[in-house]
Parts: sequence; C-alpha cells; structure tokens
Amino acid sequence: MIFSLIWSILGMAAGVYIALELVIPTIDFGQEWLSYGRLRTLHTNAVIFGFGVTALMGTAFYSVQRTCHVELFSPRLAWFCIIAWQFTVLAGGISLLAGWNAGKEYAELEWPIDILIAVIWVCFGVVFFGTIAKRKVKPIYVSNWFYGALIIVIAMLHIVNSLAIPVTISKSYSLFAGAQDAVVQWWYGHNAVGFLLTGGFLGMLYYFLPKQADRPIWSYRLSIIAFWAFTYSYIWAGPHHLHYNAIPDWVQTLGMVMSIILLAPSWATMVNAVMTVSGAPQKLKTDHSLKFIVLALAFYGLATFEGPMMAIKSVNAVSHFTDWTVGHVHSGALGWNALITFGTFYFLVPRLFNTQLYSKRLADIHFWLAISGTMLYVLSMWGAGISQGLLWLALGDLGELSYGFREIMASMQPYYILRVIAGLVFLSGAVIMIYNFFRTIAGRKTATVQIPAPSTAPQQPVTA
Amino acid sequence: MNAIDIHRKLEENAGLLIFGILFVSAIGGLVQILPSIFQETVEPTAETRPYTAAELLGRDIYIREGCSTCHSQQVRPLLAEVIRYEAPAHAGESVYDRPFLWGSKRTGPDLSRVGEKYTDEWQRIHLVNPRAVVPKSIMPAYPWLERRKANSGNDVHLRMKALQRLGHPYTDEEITRAAADVAGMTELDAIVAYLQSLKIDTSVDPSEGGH
Ligand code: HEC
Ligand code: HEM
Repeated sequence: MIFSLIWSILGMAAGVYIALELVIPTIDFGQEWLSYGRLRTLHTNAVIFGFGVTALMGTAFYSVQRTCHVELFSPRLAWFCIIAWQFTVLAGGISLLAGWNAGKEYAELEWPIDILIAVIWVCFGVVFFGTIAKRKVKPIYVSNWFYGALIIVIAMLHIVNSLAIPVTISKSYSLFAGAQDAVVQWWYGHNAVGFLLTGGFLGMLYYFLPKQADRPIWSYRLSIIAFWAFTYSYIWAGPHHLHYNAIPDWVQTLGMVMSIILLAPSWATMVNAVMTVSGAPQKLKTDHSLKFIVLALAFYGLATFEGPMMAIKSVNAVSHFTDWTVGHVHSGALGWNALITFGTFYFLVPRLFNTQLYSKRLADIHFWLAISGTMLYVLSMWGAGISQGLLWLALGDLGELSYGFREIMASMQPYYILRVIAGLVFLSGAVIMIYNFFRTIAGRKTATVQIPAPSTAPQQPVTA
Repeated sequence: MNAIDIHRKLEENAGLLIFGILFVSAIGGLVQILPSIFQETVEPTAETRPYTAAELLGRDIYIREGCSTCHSQQVRPLLAEVIRYEAPAHAGESVYDRPFLWGSKRTGPDLSRVGEKYTDEWQRIHLVNPRAVVPKSIMPAYPWLERRKANSGNDVHLRMKALQRLGHPYTDEEITRAAADVAGMTELDAIVAYLQSLKIDTSVDPSEGGH
C-alpha cells in the first residue's frame, strides 16, 4: 500500500515533469517571435511551478516517509495535492496564454489561480507536517527542515505578494503601487527562487545524496549553521534586483551586503555535500544518479558564487537588464535544479519499479549532453550579456554614446543562435532519459511475473 | 546545555521548528517592507497624474502582452544611461502604477521616456509590424491589437473604480464618462495613448538622482 502510493505519486510527478520539459522549449522556439511575451511567462511558470514544485512535492512526500518511519499523514490529501496542483498549473498556463497576467514576475497568475495555489499549498503543509508530527524517530532530519522552510516561506511570500483587488475574473490591481510594489515583488521574487529553487532542492540534496553515496552527512553542525544562516539571510537579498532603481539607497545597500553574506551559508552546504561524497569516491565512477547530483552541486556552487558577485552594485550596473542575468538563472535552473532532479529520478525509477536501469550507456550520453547543453547555454549568455552591458554604457571621447541600441541588439544574433543549440542539446538529453525510463519500466512488466513484495520495513534514516 | 542541545529541542519539536523558520525568515522582509508602508510614503511628483481611461486600458494591454518581459521602464542614474534615455526615474512617478512595470530585462530599449519620441503613426506601424520600420528588429508583431476594441469587456469604469478604492484620485464624473471616452477605440489606439504618456517629469530636478 505505502509502496504503490509512493511510486504512483512519483510516477506522476515524473510524468508531468516529462511532459512539461518536452513541451516548453518547443513552444518557446517555435513561436518565439509570435507571442513571446505570453510564452516567456508560460515558460517561467511551467518550469518553476510545473516542473520544480511537482518534483519537490513528490520527493518531499517520498523522503518524509522514509525519514520519519511512518506512512503519510493522509495519503488521500497527498493525492489531492498532486492532482490539484497539476490542474492548477495547467489552468494557469492556459490563462497566461489567454492573456490573464497580473504583471509581476513569477507571480503573473491572476487571482482565481492564486487562491487555488494557496489552498493546495496549505494542504501540502498539512500532509507534510502531519507526517512529521506522527514520526517514529525523535529528531527531524535535515532534508525536512529545508522542505519545511519551503512550505512555510513560500506560503508567506505568495499570500502577501498576491494581495490585490479583483476587477473581473481575469483582472486585478495590486494592493501595492510603484516603488513599494517593487520592493514587495522582489522580496517575493528573490525568495521564491531562494526557498523553492535553492532551499527546496537542497532538501532533495540532503536526502538523496547521502542515501545514494551511502554515507552520513559529513558535518551535522555545519548543516545546522548553514540552514539557519540561509533561512535568515536569504530574505534580505531581494533589493539587489533593484540596484540604481528608484528605491531608497539604504534598502539597496542592505540588499547588496546581505547578498554577499549569503555566499557563506550557500557554500557551507556545498562543502558539506562535497565532503559527504568524498567518503565514497568509488561510487562516483559507476553510479549515474550520483554523477548527476555531484555535477548539480558544482553548478550550484557556481551560481551561488556568481549571484553575490552580481549583487555588487558596480557589477550590477553592467549586468542588470542584460542576458547575463538570463545566463545566471539558467546555470542554476539547468545546472542545478534540472540536474539534481535527473539524478534523483535515476535513483528513484529503478527503485520504485524494483528493477535495473535499462541502459547505463544512455544515461552516460545524457550526462554529457546535459553538461554540454548547460555550459553552452551559460557561455552564450555570458558573451551576450557582458557585451550588451558594456556596449550600452560605452561612451566616446566627447561623451557621446558609442553605439545605438538597435546596433547592439542586431549583434546579439550569434549568441541567440548558440542558445537555441544549447537548449536543443539539453532537451535531447532529457528525451533520452525519458526513453531510458520508459524501457526500464516496460522491461519490468515482461520480466517479472511475480513482483517481489517490497519491504515495508522503514529504511534507516541517514542522520549523523 | 550547549548550542547543539538547544538545537536538538528544536529538531524534536515540529511546532518549534515551524515557528523558528517563520520567525527567522520574517525579519528581513519586515525591516525592508514595513518602513515603505508606514513612514516613507512616496508623494507623486508635480506632473504625475492617474492614467486616463484610454491610457489605463493601454497599460493593461501592455501587461497582458508581456511587453515588460523585454522592456524596462526605469532609467538608472548612470551617465551613459541618462544620455541614452534621459532623466533617471523618480519614485514619485510610479505612485499610480499597479503593478509597477520597471522590468528586469532589456531585450528592447527602456520605454519610460518614449512618449512623443515618435508620432502616433510610427507607433502604430511599429506595433503591427516592427520590421516595417526597423528592418532588423526582433520585437514580435502585434497585428491583433488593431482588430480588437479596447473596451470590449465593457469594464473600464470598473477598473477605474477599483483604483479609486485604492486611493487614485479619480472623480466619480471621470469614471462615469470613461466608457464614452474610449468608445470606438481599438486596443492599438489605447496602447499608443499609453506609450505616448510615458514622459520625463520636468518638475523633478534631475540632479536629485533616482530618489
Ligand atoms: C521579444 C522582445 C520584445 C517584446 C515582447 C516587445 N518588444 Fe518592443 N522592442 C523590442 C526590441 C528588440 C526593440 C528595438 C528594435 C525596434 O525598435 O523595433 C523594441 C522597440 C520598441 C519601441 C521603440 C523604442 C524606441 O525608443 O525606439 C517601442 C515603443 C516598443 N518596442 C513597444 C513595445 C510594446 C508596446 C510591446 C508590447 C505590446 C513590446 N514592445 C514588446 C523587443 C520587444
Ligand atoms: C531547454 C532548456 C531551456 C531553454 C532553451 C530556456 C530558454 C529560456 C529563454 C529564451 C528565456 C528568456 C530569456 C530572456 O528574457 O531573454 C528564459 C527565461 C527563464 N527561464 Fe529558461 N530555458 C530552459 C530551461 C529552464 C529551466 C529548467 C528553468 C527552471 C528550472 C528555467 C527558468 C527560467 C527563468 C526563471 C527565466 C526568467 C529569467 C529572468 O527573469 O531573467 N529555464 N528561458
């Protein structure tokens, strides 16, 4: 019963993730020039809320049972969360294409969908904390702190930032205006990235990495310090999205300083994870799941170093508004979020279906496609972004602008073509993975007439 | 009892952990946001006024089409930027912006000072097909704006009423008149009206910088 519950939930999470991964980039490129403004919004919402949140919800339900040694608090409610979430993301996507857009980045969905999100989120929290409440081991494992922070903080951010007065079903006006709206929005925007795409996925890391490396977390103390420092300081960093904008200087400076400080807890976690793996180096050569997770860790380190650098005002003067930001986002999104999720799926699929991965060679190919796709994406955007930033600001001897905007825009074409190639490479890797999983699952059906009874005995938690 | 023991307590009590997370994560937001709500109320600059019915509809179309995924509306007080786009942004200029549209990406140029830079006619041609006036442009075409009525939802007065409730100084008379004001306008007319309204506020001393 537990077993089937878990695998179905995850199968679905994987299914949805697959569907979205396949669909998004295709639309993005097929119709980019047709209605870019709507599709781009769809892209960010689909990857963050569709792919990101579904993967987090699935793995949270999976790992919270294993670390608490009990079944989910309410399997039915868990099912409701997963299914209702898919429906909401789908409805949200359609509404964006239809032009329902509240106009705030990563919070574009209009008020009826915002309410659905809030309701499902509360259910998610009830299942998660309900499960923790009835746990059989006393300490709450580290991965659950991060998943817990994800649930609590996102609820807070979402509700405050979405406050608005509805006009019609598809239109509302924000309760905040102008500069104040900007500060609230980036408090939300930055921390949606922080607690969802960073913190949530760190929860994934803290469970699946030690599990797969078969080693306890290297330093328990470090994980405590990193967690609280992260939770405290992340929230302050939002204003680095508003450097040189019309908000008070002290807010900008505070945002900058806290962003730089943020490097410490971010890297503390990385050190902790790297030291954990280094206890089992031989596994790294043979285990695909671990390879993906470790590569994800490297990109995590890169992105969390780049972020604080970009938050320094003088660097930001060049990087802001350019493709550099887009490169930064994707070194995190592709390199960190997507790769760790792939690694986790390589771990879960054979386990849930009680079988072996269909092809290790295909997984290898996927690994290399994923690295090269991400690198090419990031490099092309660094090239594009840094040249945009510098050319926009370039002045001649007489203090006149050296280049017109349209001239600079036209010179971006080669970089944008490179990015398309990068996207295709990355995507083809993901398609290969899906094929591999498909064969893995199909193979199981024919091979095993009698599915061995899964052990319902709880597994050992990996606490230090 | 050392720090690790204290933390054990937290780890063993889900309620405490939830409270801890909420408390610790709330501090930063409170410090940064509350002052802007209670103390530093931003006053509109002398030339800043609420959008007219047509401009408001145009602005809402701008949001709907996601123009802000490519265009910022925020000139930073950097030398080259001020030469390129003119006067830096002032917080008082966006007090009637719900939501704010400062943007985060300039695939296209900043638009906060684009009003009256081009004629209405240029704007119309450019929106319907940017390549007609800027051959290498990578901006999308918006041919459907020309075909649709701006107030097709018949809700412009509701929009203004909602804003009035939020404190925008619309008179009741303006609101009753709104539908008649925009009668017959296409979406293209409305968005051009909005773009032309984005102008430098001459009442602001530019040396004041961004704030
Ligand atoms: C894919 C990104 C993209 C989107 C979306 C986009 N634009 Fe543009 N826009 C550009 C680029 C690039 C230019 C510069 C080339 C040109 O003038 O066509 C530009 C130029 C402009 C200009 C001329 C600015 C100047 O100072 O010369 C205006 C006005 C404009 N866009 C309005 C809009 C409006 C209104 C929308 C939404 C309906 C929109 N744009 C959506 C990319 C975009
Ligand atoms: C095949 C892979 C992908 C491709 C080709 C791709 C492409 C793009 C493009 C073209 C943009 C718009 C950039 C611009 O404004 O000029 C974008 C934005 C964005 N993408 Fe992706 N994307 C991919 C995968 C992902 C994934 C997996 C995530 C998240 C998990 C993600 C998150 C984002 C975010 C957050 C933005 C907004 C960036 C900003 O506001 O600056 N993307 N992407």
